Amino acid sequence: MHKIAVTSEGPSLDDRVDPRFGRAAGFVVVDLDTMETQYIDNGRSQMMAQGAGIQAAELVARAGVRCLLTGFVGPKAFQALNAAGIQVGQNLEGLTVRQAIERYQSGGVDMARSANRPGR
Amino acid sequence: MIIAVASGKGGTGKTTVTASLALVWDGPVLAVDLDVEEPNLHLFLRPEIAGNVKAHMPVPVVQEEKCTYCGLCSEFCQFKAISVVGQVVLTFPEMCHGCGGCMAICPEKALSPGQRELGEISWGQAGRVGFLSGRLRVGEAMSPPLMRQVKARLNQGLAAAGGDVLIDAPPGVSCPAVNAVMDSDVIVLVTEPTPFGVYDFQLAWEAFTPLGKSMGAVINRAGVGTDAIYRFCRDQGLPILAEIPYDRAIAEAYAQGRIVAEVSPGLRETFVSLMGKIRALAAPSCSREAAHA
Repeated sequence: MHKIAVTSEGPSLDDRVDPRFGRAAGFVVVDLDTMETQYIDNGRSQMMAQGAGIQAAELVARAGVRCLLTGFVGPKAFQALNAAGIQVGQNLEGLTVRQAIERYQSGGVDMARSANRPGR
Repeated sequence: MIIAVASGKGGTGKTTVTASLALVWDGPVLAVDLDVEEPNLHLFLRPEIAGNVKAHMPVPVVQEEKCTYCGLCSEFCQFKAISVVGQVVLTFPEMCHGCGGCMAICPEKALSPGQRELGEISWGQAGRVGFLSGRLRVGEAMSPPLMRQVKARLNQGLAAAGGDVLIDAPPGVSCPAVNAVMDSDVIVLVTEPTPFGVYDFQLAWEAFTPLGKSMGAVINRAGVGTDAIYRFCRDQGLPILAEIPYDRAIAEAYAQGRIVAEVSPGLRETFVSLMGKIRALAAPSCSREAAHA
């Protein structure tokens, strides 16, 4: 089973990739073997003063994904994703969730070595 | 009696007023710099520093061999300063607010208190004026934890020696400013009659009014700007305790690190009169406290 998570503005494959990770609206989790999808709402993050990225990393780690596709990840979230053994593909804003997955499957997404947003 | 000298806008003259009041105060007085992000009261009072200590806050340290990755700490911490992802516990000490909840809740006792340095507390004497000050460590984001430790020392000093306390508060109306004024008997709001000064003064008045303290205004640089501040004070029934004129001699003295109350007999009289008005303002609230006791 190979599952990946994509930050998303909505629950379907045709919703847009949410450029934010920690404060993304939610995550579309896709099983690449069956293409079954599951949606994890991330609305709780809007109420957090700090630590939204760390909480989001906990959420996607709990979903058992191996890889995360998103726009931007800050340093603390990156550290947490790294600790969970989750690879990160960044700079995918502007695509739909489906397009981001297709790009990942065709080998067009480089896995990030570090965060692409400064911390606060 | 504890007097907090606060303002909304920065640079209106809190330190000028605090140092001048300390100079003319007619009894034992402790001057406390609670603007720990940028303390500057010492530049004017020039105290002889008698001692200092580093201030720390307890932050969790994980003993991995005891941890079962149950995640209770992670769920408890609303600031996400501790996080369990898979079989790893991560701590972010700089995000910790020091509540100790994670250590209390851990069923395995796998968390022990480590230390984050908050800054430094120093104390001394400037003539007959006692001096106490906090200085936040560069890179530290939260000032209230350090301020609370400075205040604990203030209360020890007050309990031991008595007298009055003058607090030089940080500007603004957020947590640090509220922390600096919340334990005072009287809040003296220093402002200037400029549009910025008036706007931020209103914010400060709104922020501090719910604390139920006696409040009064000091208008610095009187003579510039408009009369909006006077109208606001009149409409809210807020007494104007003193006016400090807009005067080049004051700016020159300040730039030389001199205390404004030393500049002329007239200015000294301004601050002596301010002291009297602060005492009068405090009287009703002190007697209310006595009635409680």
